[in-house]
Amino acid sequence: MSNEKKPDVDQIIGDYKYGFKTDNVTNIYSTKMGLSRDIIREISAIKNEPQWMLDIRLAAYESFLRIPNPKWGPDLSFINFDDIIYYIKSSDRVENSWEDVPSEIKDTFQKLGIPEAEQKYLAGVTTQFDSEAVYHSTIIELEEQGVVFLDTDSALKRYPELFKQYFGKVVSHADNKYAALNTAVWSGGSFIYVPPGVKIEKPLQSYFRINSEKMGQFERTLIIVDQGASVNYVEGCTAPIYSADSLHAAVVEIFVLDHAYCRYSTVQNWSNNIINLVTKRSLVESYGHMEWIDGNIGSGLNMKYPSCILKGDYAKGTTISIAFAGKNQHQDTGAKMIHIGAHTTSKIISKSIATKGGQVNYRGIVKQEGRALNAKSKIECDTILVDQESQSDTLPTNIVKNFKGQIEHEATVSKVSDAQLFYLMSRGLSLEQATEMIVMGFIEPFARELPMEYAVELNQLIKLEMTGSVG
Amino acid sequence: MSILEIRDLYVAVEDKTILKGVNLTVKGGETHAIMGPNGTGKSTLASVVMGHPKYTILSGSILLDGEDITTLAVDERSRKGIFLAMQAPIEVPGVTNFDFVKTAVQAHMPNDKKLRIGKFILDFESAAQDLQMGTGLAHRYLNEGFSGGEKKRNEILQMKLIKPAIAFLDEIDSGLDVDALRIVGENVTAMKSNDLGMILITHYQRLLDYIEPDFVHIMIKGEIVKTGGKELITKIDVEGYDWLKAELGVTELEEIRKPVSLGTCATKVPLK
Repeated sequence: MSNEKKPDVDQIIGDYKYGFKTDNVTNIYSTKMGLSRDIIREISAIKNEPQWMLDIRLAAYESFLRIPNPKWGPDLSFINFDDIIYYIKSSDRVENSWEDVPSEIKDTFQKLGIPEAEQKYLAGVTTQFDSEAVYHSTIIELEEQGVVFLDTDSALKRYPELFKQYFGKVVSHADNKYAALNTAVWSGGSFIYVPPGVKIEKPLQSYFRINSEKMGQFERTLIIVDQGASVNYVEGCTAPIYSADSLHAAVVEIFVLDHAYCRYSTVQNWSNNIINLVTKRSLVESYGHMEWIDGNIGSGLNMKYPSCILKGDYAKGTTISIAFAGKNQHQDTGAKMIHIGAHTTSKIISKSIATKGGQVNYRGIVKQEGRALNAKSKIECDTILVDQESQSDTLPTNIVKNFKGQIEHEATVSKVSDAQLFYLMSRGLSLEQATEMIVMGFIEPFARELPMEYAVELNQLIKLEMTGSVG
Repeated sequence: MSILEIRDLYVAVEDKTILKGVNLTVKGGETHAIMGPNGTGKSTLASVVMGHPKYTILSGSILLDGEDITTLAVDERSRKGIFLAMQAPIEVPGVTNFDFVKTAVQAHMPNDKKLRIGKFILDFESAAQDLQMGTGLAHRYLNEGFSGGEKKRNEILQMKLIKPAIAFLDEIDSGLDVDALRIVGENVTAMKSNDLGMILITHYQRLLDYIEPDFVHIMIKGEIVKTGGKELITKIDVEGYDWLKAELGVTELEEIRKPVSLGTCATKVPLK
């Protein structure tokens, strides 16, 4: 990812350090900079939340203070938690001016062919995306089936019991520092409940959500797929998301009940000034199947390891991911599969690409517990380095705690080979086209899992990012 | 009609000189065969003309229509009309054959012209049919999991669609069974025209039964030592290269082995 494409947003926006003009501050409701118990009470009060949610937020804050940064992986000690605004009321969020959006980002939108209304939404120029008009029929159809699809704040108000039953049950606030932070200050995100036996045929996209809010810093997503139900959820979009907030810490919790199926697809493409620290975890009951389709193209530093806890017998977990690290990018991504039930199976396919000095690591855990007899896991990590400066590490941890488990692990690191380049170039493709084609072929196993329009966008995007990679 | 002129070409790879003064001129409409024992530089010659970065040109020149192309990149040479059907085509996983060939054909068109996709699909399908490659070819990944014969036929398919001016076919016959050889032979012969100059590199006569050359060159130890017509093919097939020893006054031909005589091959009528 070149400087030309994704410049340091801080430099471009200057005064707009937090995404709005300083001379306009009077119109905005936001908490003060930094975090304290009072600020958390304030956030909860603004949202008019029940006491139990405030209690969880406060407990999470204690966890946040107590838990240190992870002792593994990229160094996070530079994050200054006092230098962040933790809550901005979204309806008051001052819109960026279209003129102020960096031209590189506008260019990318143009090249991706994103409609203007959507471009403005993505760039934070408008905070509301009028999905209702566009997706009206889909929304009615979902409601008739009893599907709940709301932003997380509204879900807490309208379905408090359901919410309370599942919230924080697979990602506890004591899990890690950033899950704690998210739990303390979360705002926005998606809430989905699919009733027993309901199979949603079409991919459910986050755009369908009524009055979908601008993507936030501390989103909380909660998905419950009840017995025998199925959903294919697509979060966000592949287009670059321009955000001036430097720290993003989201939590996604998914419950896949008996015989249920959930696929969660996302392609993260935050601008390069973002540190993205996400906890994504699902709990899978008997015969349930969870699939994470996880793309990581953007952000400067990204740590994300979608997990499946395969609790029920015959539960199944799949993670297919790609990570792309360009100039000044560090992708530390992977997957976790925890086998608890017997006959559980898991599969991880990870594809990593590094170019222009980017760093991309695969970090994963596969663990088969004592009771997970006859569990089977397969891990496939492939990395392709486009040039000499780029780096990659594969850091897998595989543990089997019984005598009947099976783990297969394959890892390859390859360079774009001279033989391949010569072959493609001998057919008239330039060095750049040839490299791009080899890389696109490499990520194809991921791209084919995405809905068509996403795959097309993803391909376009990688091509843009590859521009200037060689020669 | 293009003309390729190779003049007094010396080429080395890792300090070892492989080509020692090769001279060859190929015009549109002509078909040349280069024969010779293993390891004498035939494939090197093809790769060097294509521009493989592994080789260093020590001296001499390669001219295409009078222009020296030795400093051009591989893709530039391709776009100027040079083509190399490779001995061992490379596999590129995840890239469909169709996308690849489409990109290649587009690359050969002038910048202001766009490929007409509908017509291209028809051309692709008809070329695939001519080569008897089956209907799924377009969506298979480039050479991945192809049999040896399929890979070779795929090279010819690309050649048909790219329509080069000068084409090297490097051991396009190796790994082909008799039927595949016939298919390849017929397709290559059908491409013959004044707009195409071809250089066939082969050990064996059998390819030349299907594609008739106008000139036959024998290359030994990095040099073209003899040039003639079709009569040379039969002579080599029967006598190997030993007779050249005497003729050339060469005493050491340790690298040279007599090729397997096709007269013993069950699928072929014994040679007279």
